[in-house]
Amino acid sequence: MIKLDSKIPQGPLADKWTSYKNNQKLVNPANKRKLDVIVVGTGLAGASAAASLGEMGFNVKNFCIQDSPRRAHSIAAQGGINAAKNYPNDGDSVFRLFFDTIKGGDYRAREANVHRLAEVANSIIDQCVAQGVPFAREYGGSLDNRSFGGAQVSRTFYAKGQTGQQLLLGAYQALMRQVNEGTVKLYTRNELVEIVMVDGKARGIISRDLVTGKTERHFGHAVVLATGGYGNTFFLSTNAMGSNVSAAIKAYKKGAAFANPCYAQIHPTCIPVHGEFQSKLTLMSESLRNDGRIWVPKKKEDAEAIRAGKKKASDLSEDERDYYLERRYPAFGNLVPRDVASRAAKERCDAGFGVGATGLAVYLDFASAINRLGEDTIRARYGNLFQMYEKIVDDNPYKEPMMIYPAIHYTMGGVWVDYELQTSVKGLFCLGEANFSDHGANRLGASALMQGLADGYFVLPYTIQNYLADDISTPRMTGDEKEFIEAEKAVNDKLEKLLAIKGKRSVDSIHKELGLVMWDFVGMARNKAGLEGAIEKIAAIKKEFQTNVFIPGTNDGMNIELEKAARLEDFITMGELMARDALNREESCGGHFREEYQTEEGEALRQDDKFAYVAAWEYKGEDQAPELNKEELIFENVELKQRNYK
Amino acid sequence: MEKTINLTLKVWRQANATAKGAFESYEVKNISTDSSFLEMLDILNEQLINENKEPVAFDHDCREGICGMCSLYVNGRPHGPDDEVTTCQLHMRKFKDGETITIEPWRSAGFPVIKDLIVNRNAFDSIIAAGGYVSVGTGGVPDGNAMPIPKVDADEAMDAASCIGCGACVAACKNGSAMLFVSAKVSQLALLPQGKVEAARRAKNMVAKMDELGFGNCTNTGACEVECPKGVSIANIARLNREYLKAKCLD
Repeated sequence: MIKLDSKIPQGPLADKWTSYKNNQKLVNPANKRKLDVIVVGTGLAGASAAASLGEMGFNVKNFCIQDSPRRAHSIAAQGGINAAKNYPNDGDSVFRLFFDTIKGGDYRAREANVHRLAEVANSIIDQCVAQGVPFAREYGGSLDNRSFGGAQVSRTFYAKGQTGQQLLLGAYQALMRQVNEGTVKLYTRNELVEIVMVDGKARGIISRDLVTGKTERHFGHAVVLATGGYGNTFFLSTNAMGSNVSAAIKAYKKGAAFANPCYAQIHPTCIPVHGEFQSKLTLMSESLRNDGRIWVPKKKEDAEAIRAGKKKASDLSEDERDYYLERRYPAFGNLVPRDVASRAAKERCDAGFGVGATGLAVYLDFASAINRLGEDTIRARYGNLFQMYEKIVDDNPYKEPMMIYPAIHYTMGGVWVDYELQTSVKGLFCLGEANFSDHGANRLGASALMQGLADGYFVLPYTIQNYLADDISTPRMTGDEKEFIEAEKAVNDKLEKLLAIKGKRSVDSIHKELGLVMWDFVGMARNKAGLEGAIEKIAAIKKEFQTNVFIPGTNDGMNIELEKAARLEDFITMGELMARDALNREESCGGHFREEYQTEEGEALRQDDKFAYVAAWEYKGEDQAPELNKEELIFENVELKQRNYK
Repeated sequence: MEKTINLTLKVWRQANATAKGAFESYEVKNISTDSSFLEMLDILNEQLINENKEPVAFDHDCREGICGMCSLYVNGRPHGPDDEVTTCQLHMRKFKDGETITIEPWRSAGFPVIKDLIVNRNAFDSIIAAGGYVSVGTGGVPDGNAMPIPKVDADEAMDAASCIGCGACVAACKNGSAMLFVSAKVSQLALLPQGKVEAARRAKNMVAKMDELGFGNCTNTGACEVECPKGVSIANIARLNREYLKAKCLD
């Protein structure tokens, strides 16, 4: 049993973070120079943390698997970043951002963490502006805002449809400045393959140089993981091809609890699947729902005719269309949260009203916005997204509505962390999408960028000092200690073992099989029998992988198939964990929808008396069932209600 | 409705940085014209693995045209025969049945080959490290709206900032110059009041680093602009030259 101490500070909600900062331990500048921090990942959370820690004077080693820190998948975030600036004077406040995030997360997040997030959000905007991030502006020169799902105010700052790119480049540039100053040493094309524990604390990592294939031993007084989510367990997702869960699984196997793995976000507006060869799914930003209206035909005959290619969307008159989000949720309309919009799309398609060749698509229509505002305005707002759509689908979205369907996009679950972002392993911290902390069971749009940068710029640089202050007289290790040597040997033995299987199947073919099981049984709608079956199917896939995978080449030099195989092993562990958690959670909340638990109208039905807790899973050994630990969620400032967006 | 094509691929294979490379030919069949170019390469690799051969190594990640990881010289053009796309956004509908496609890595002194189609672009990080930022630390900055910025300047800065650092400009340039890449960052930051303060210094340091790393000079052929997947304009190079000249005058 892991003792889960969330370390939430005492006192009123709005004072907790201030009081934490006033009372925490700090490390003086002379001592910072003596302390090494390993940061794994260079996305928004990793790059901002590495840059900030470097500026403070720590010795930072920063790792990424791509050729440059700028490639991290945060770069692909399109729509925007939330903050409670209230520049539009539309009634926003820190409390309201906190409240919307808690409610959007279906009351499954920690109040204290979310409030802190809302508090520091405004500083992020200021920081990014100071870095030269070219946010969209009004003619008067002030920052522009737009609205996103789950909120009734406009609090989203954006840079065209490339907000993630611009924020990441801001953090990347801050990072490269520190590289230039010598406070951060960068390791590119270099992957964490093991976490090294010394006397019960995380003290370093074993990494693998992906060009030479050689493993390396790196010491750190603390290790920070900012390695993203586990959406690629599904094979097809909006994540980048290289996004993987391996660092988090290494942490899990070293004793870090894994929290709420079943909370995966299915994004409603992605380009539909079109063939077996497909390698990934492309997101169309949620911001499109500001001006786009979602619909399917009212009559099944029309839907059938469209699927058969006999009719087009534009052949249908206004009253032959069912704008089902506006119909079901008049208050929020097309801007309901993502989980609600995704399920509503699935419901219509399952009922036979879907469009596109497969029937698994709905329309996202800009005709009324183009009539109202003109094509130029729409082009200025979403030009790059429209272009992206046209390149992929070969259809002009200014003329015909886009076709979209939900896809796996983000994972709210992750490594369990306390208020200080420390995992249940001492000295091991976890930031950004990789941790579980702030989004509950569903993340609102434009909140991922906010959380990643909050953790990296404004939370970890404080909280890590509270840990490191006790470590100022711990001398640096050389990496030649037995713990490092043994960990390195185990890694290489494992890789050789994978290479020696010499079976018949490619890594991808097994990963695709896992993905289909995940999508069918651990996807948008789940039930007991399906989940139990999925756990068995995943066990069979694991066996197939261990006995029948074929990896060409050797452990010497670059071997991409070997990298993928090692990651797939961890995705299989992750898939099983997701299914187990989904089976345990006998309620529906946010991104987790159990068919047995829904209201008469088909909305998610929570069971607050039984499941208002964080499910933190503890590793018990290979082929052993993990153990469930519970952290009760205590709500003192919001009243738990069924979410209502009507 | 789905159309498929058969192709011959001439692919550059090179075991590592020091090995001698050569073209190898492969046949791929029944490729859907709706698949992307990289999905076609996935199919080739699956085929090679099933024949117990080593798959072709190529760089890729986001597969939606924003990370800048994918590269490839396809039939003599960086990112292949379509405009304003990255290779991952290039679709097979741009090719004809029976066509032979030549696939090479970026070829430039600044980007040495690592394996097959993968090159080393660390030089771009070094150029950014030389000055491609505003020298501001975390915290202690003014309110985001404290300084109004004209919309046209913000928009122009955004256009320059849309560079994805893929290196197509260098690969397209007969001189192997990185001027479009450097100028995009110099322009973005020079256009904004936050970056203006150190604009001249930035231009000088970034250009010096570019020269040091073996990139060539700009002779205004404009090939970079044509091949840039994000449509970054060579007007940025003019702005870089102004900033650079200013810096030299101040010396």
